[in-house]
Amino acid sequence: MHVLLREVAFTRSGDKGDTSNIGVVPYRAQDWEWLKEQLTVERVADVFDGLVKGPIRRYELPGICALNFVLERALSGGVSRSLNLDAHGKAWGNLLLTVSVEAPDGWEPYWPYVDHETGKEESS
Amino acid sequence: MSRRDFVRIGWGSAYADDNLDPAEDLARWGDLDALCFDALAERTLALAQIRREQNPEEGYDARLEEFARRFLPYAARGLTLVTNMGAANPRAAGRRLRAWARQQGLHALPIAVVEGDDVLAEVQSKDVWIEEIGAPLRALKGRVVSANAYLGADPVIQALREGARVVIGGRIADPSLGLAVMSHYFGWAADDWQRRGQGIVVGHLLECGSHVTGGNYADPPYRVVPGLDRLGMPWAEVGPDGAAVISKLPQAGGYVTENTVKAQLVYEIHDPARYYTPDVVADFTQVTVNAVGPDRVRVEGGTGTPAPATLKVLIGVDEGYQAEAEIGFAGPGAYDRARLCEDVLRSRYERWYRTACDDMRLDLIGVNATFGPAAPSPAAPPHEIRVRLAVATPDRDVAERITREVEWQYFGPAGGGGVRRRVTRRLAMYSAAIPRDAVTPRVVWPE
Repeated sequence: MHVLLREVAFTRSGDKGDTSNIGVVPYRAQDWEWLKEQLTVERVADVFDGLVKGPIRRYELPGICALNFVLERALSGGVSRSLNLDAHGKAWGNLLLTVSVEAPDGWEPYWPYVDHETGKEESS
Repeated sequence: MSRRDFVRIGWGSAYADDNLDPAEDLARWGDLDALCFDALAERTLALAQIRREQNPEEGYDARLEEFARRFLPYAARGLTLVTNMGAANPRAAGRRLRAWARQQGLHALPIAVVEGDDVLAEVQSKDVWIEEIGAPLRALKGRVVSANAYLGADPVIQALREGARVVIGGRIADPSLGLAVMSHYFGWAADDWQRRGQGIVVGHLLECGSHVTGGNYADPPYRVVPGLDRLGMPWAEVGPDGAAVISKLPQAGGYVTENTVKAQLVYEIHDPARYYTPDVVADFTQVTVNAVGPDRVRVEGGTGTPAPATLKVLIGVDEGYQAEAEIGFAGPGAYDRARLCEDVLRSRYERWYRTACDDMRLDLIGVNATFGPAAPSPAAPPHEIRVRLAVATPDRDVAERITREVEWQYFGPAGGGGVRRRVTRRLAMYSAAIPRDAVTPRVVWPE
């Protein structure tokens, strides 16, 4: 089934100079393996076509089941000289959430809430 | 003697304009051992350097007097304060802190200054290689304003060992402020790369302040953060092996969850196996997070490899001015009128300004200002749009005049309103690497 990445994961984006990075963290660890196969550098490059001028690299953080995309020449010169309205690219992770992915059969959406006894996040 | 088997380190500031109210809550209620204040983003130092050029006693963080008034009394009662609020002038900042402490009757408060990050003379004499342009320093257009090497935890540790209760420096790397406190508390060896790597993980989780307590995170209904209107700052309880629990005051808003910690772990990193700092090359790949109670997340598994042989230097270059102006359109036909206004501005730019400008950009805010060519087409014409023109130019008069061009669109397509104009200095930041031994951090004790 097709779902938007937004249903599966959250993102956080930031900047260092003219390089942007977008961390992608699935809400559930069990979604990491299939997400890794689908969320390739090519998929991300499609989403940012025309916006990112340099190469895109992907890294894994297996300890927290997260991916990190690093986008070079991505911020029109970086926050100190870019004319972009959002010169940090703070919103860029949100653009990535619009990508469509193919979830396994029987996959169900998950909106976490925090259990106030344990501090753990549970499915609502 | 240690009073606990962990050190509790709070974080009071994530950048130069951060709100200090939650920091004071932490100082008052947090039972902290130390409170760190990061104040420097990439261009903050170059802006501070320009203030110093205008007044040699200036160039430190604009909040320094507030910091002194609100937090030195806690330092006098045992709270260690570590900050890079000295910005472009740590020595003057130290003298000011000394004077403000005296005014509060805190004559014996040990205040140390870490200096030596200013390497402007060094990078100019060596004509260092600038990574972004792939050429030496002299090829940069514009005046070089500042050059600061990232210092690590070691000079801060030295100051703490010599008895400092307050340590203020310039370009000390953000997470190194925290690493210094834990290294000193537990006496970690300078070549204990495993603990240093884990310590940098903890410093990185704290360095953006309320990012780890639910800031920059809420996205209802997917992520509902409680108390976003009274967001608190975090602390870490760090054990002797570096494993830490990230937490916050129970009465503060926001929350600390496995996901808020993960979100900050991935923030502004490149290769997670090689996170470069002056202290260690930290490895985030095996870091794990586990909720161990409400607003308590245990973080462990960070490690590292030996510190790099070079230090990163940020070089600030005065490239003139950036001008920005906007005008808004609303109601039926707003999109078409905004597009027409955009065409008029583009035409006038091409005819009158192009040769005087280095760069230009036209946006429709509400349509494509953030994602540019990657923005999806609007499903329906937006009801409100703002046209934004931005240029970069070395000429201040050109910058001012082009913002008037947008204002003159009051006489353009019908109903244009709400003009805002702004001209700012264009301080570009470039980076270089210099050998570690070309930088000499020093601890000094202001009179």
